[in-house]
Amino acid sequence: MADSMTAAVTAAAQPRSSSLQRLARRRSSIAFLMTLPLICVILGLVVYPAGYAIYLSMLSRRMDEFVGLTQYDILIESDTFWLVVFQSCFFAVTAVIAKAAIGFWLAHMLHHIPTKGQRKWRGMLLVPWVIPPALSTLGWWWMYDPTYSSLNWILAIFAVPAVPWLGEPWWARVSVIIVNVWYGAPFFMIMYLAALKSVPEQLYEAAAIDGASSWQRLRYITLPMMQNIISITVLFSLIVTFANYDIVRVLTNGGPRDLTHLFATYAFQVGILSGNIPRGAAVSLFMLPLLAVFAFFILRGVNQRNKEMN
Amino acid sequence: MSATIGRRSGSLRAERRWALWTAYISLIIACVIFLMPPVYMLITSLKTNADIANLQGNPWIVTNPTLEHYRSIIGNPLFLTFFWNSIKVTVLTVVVSMVISVLAAFALARMRFWGSQWLATGVFLTYLVPDTLLFIPLYQIVGGLGLLNNTWGLVLVYPTLTVPFCTWIMIGYFASIPKELDEAALIDGASWPQMLIKIFIPVALPGIIAATIFAFTVSWAAFVYPTAFITTPDQMPLTIGVVSTLVRGDTFAWGQIMAGALLAALPPVIVYAFLMDYYIAGLTAGATKG
Repeated sequence: MADSMTAAVTAAAQPRSSSLQRLARRRSSIAFLMTLPLICVILGLVVYPAGYAIYLSMLSRRMDEFVGLTQYDILIESDTFWLVVFQSCFFAVTAVIAKAAIGFWLAHMLHHIPTKGQRKWRGMLLVPWVIPPALSTLGWWWMYDPTYSSLNWILAIFAVPAVPWLGEPWWARVSVIIVNVWYGAPFFMIMYLAALKSVPEQLYEAAAIDGASSWQRLRYITLPMMQNIISITVLFSLIVTFANYDIVRVLTNGGPRDLTHLFATYAFQVGILSGNIPRGAAVSLFMLPLLAVFAFFILRGVNQRNKEMN
Repeated sequence: MSATIGRRSGSLRAERRWALWTAYISLIIACVIFLMPPVYMLITSLKTNADIANLQGNPWIVTNPTLEHYRSIIGNPLFLTFFWNSIKVTVLTVVVSMVISVLAAFALARMRFWGSQWLATGVFLTYLVPDTLLFIPLYQIVGGLGLLNNTWGLVLVYPTLTVPFCTWIMIGYFASIPKELDEAALIDGASWPQMLIKIFIPVALPGIIAATIFAFTVSWAAFVYPTAFITTPDQMPLTIGVVSTLVRGDTFAWGQIMAGALLAALPPVIVYAFLMDYYIAGLTAGATKG
């Protein structure tokens, strides 16, 4: 009796489970299952929070009332906010240009020396990128320390007067940029070195036969061949630098007089430390259009370039 | 005629030598500047407190080297808690992100399905979204889940830092595996999971190592999320722990801060020292494949 029942049940279950199995064997359903965790991360931890941030930014300070664009209005009318906008743009643009220039120069220099020694030099030059920036910035903070500054000690050897690194607004801005350039230049160097190595040697040989000078080789071979990677690297770096947080938080914490705040540190100050979550969300959302513009222009350049090459 | 050729090749050689000199001089200058902060941190961590406070003399030399700062920082139970929290959060994040990104990258690289192209672009775009844009809404979300001031909250949000890039470079590595290999496996009757485990993971192992190193470095160095979500020292990972609790009061214990920062930076530096080639491969893969 029991046997026949189980037999009947299994018989009834047979076609269902086999169709289930067939479904499970289908390529698209397996693919969907495999990408499901990724989709969850993207939707749950990036897309949803981004939308939620927009909603948050339209609430009142106590978060019990919908106030529309009031938070944005208040920000646009505040002087501190415009200083933050200026400082963020100034910081990102200056630092990225310096990083790209230093990285390009060093990549070239590395490419010139015999291959055997390159590994060793590359290994040493990438160290700033490897140390967690929050920790290496502590080292810089100590080197900038007004009383014990070891940098001023070195400058004194060359008879340069002591620099008030973090005390005076413009020097504080420069100090923050120096640390960011120090941290980020090795990344550019590695990227450009990889790109330089992928330029076919025959092009240079052909140019050498035609009697091209080293400047012409750079201008007409290296730069066009590297244009793609230069723009991608600059795009990444602009976004990352623009949204930087660690260095300013450790080095100046926004001071002196809120003059070194970036979007991220200011949003943190307003949103988390002062507890005004909606306004903090509004501050960080101001980054979005600027970042989208950077991304759009450079990706368009890359696409055009790809089309030309095909 | 031959004289002019000789002169030209001579000037060419001189130009070469001059270029080599410029290269070495620039590299030496860059190395000195790039290594200056970590070296100075090391110097400070080896000095006695009296020597650190001494304004006379050269700050760049150690006269009486001592390990007292290292001894006291290792003996500090709080510091060990930071270390343990960092290890816990990092290991969990690395495992979770690698599982998610290897599975997804395999599906995106090999199985064309509805929306796969769209999803791959989405992965790239999420990589471009910085963590500082999301920390305020995530603060609310993590708070709503009751995970504020808890290392599990960090494990929940760290995948946003690692998964997009890991998936992106794994797609590149998987796509570079020849199609003939999976055709052969399919003819032999392998299922998709078998194909992934028996063929793709072993063949793309360098890529997996590179992605793992990336995930490890990023979660070890993460700073924005722990500063926002963690308030008490017992739940802090190293980065925020060293920055916020050792730096306190009017007189900074510089020797200890530097010793703590160096010890905290050690794991990524060691990984880098031993696996430099994988590290660099991972770094450059993202952009060259894009």
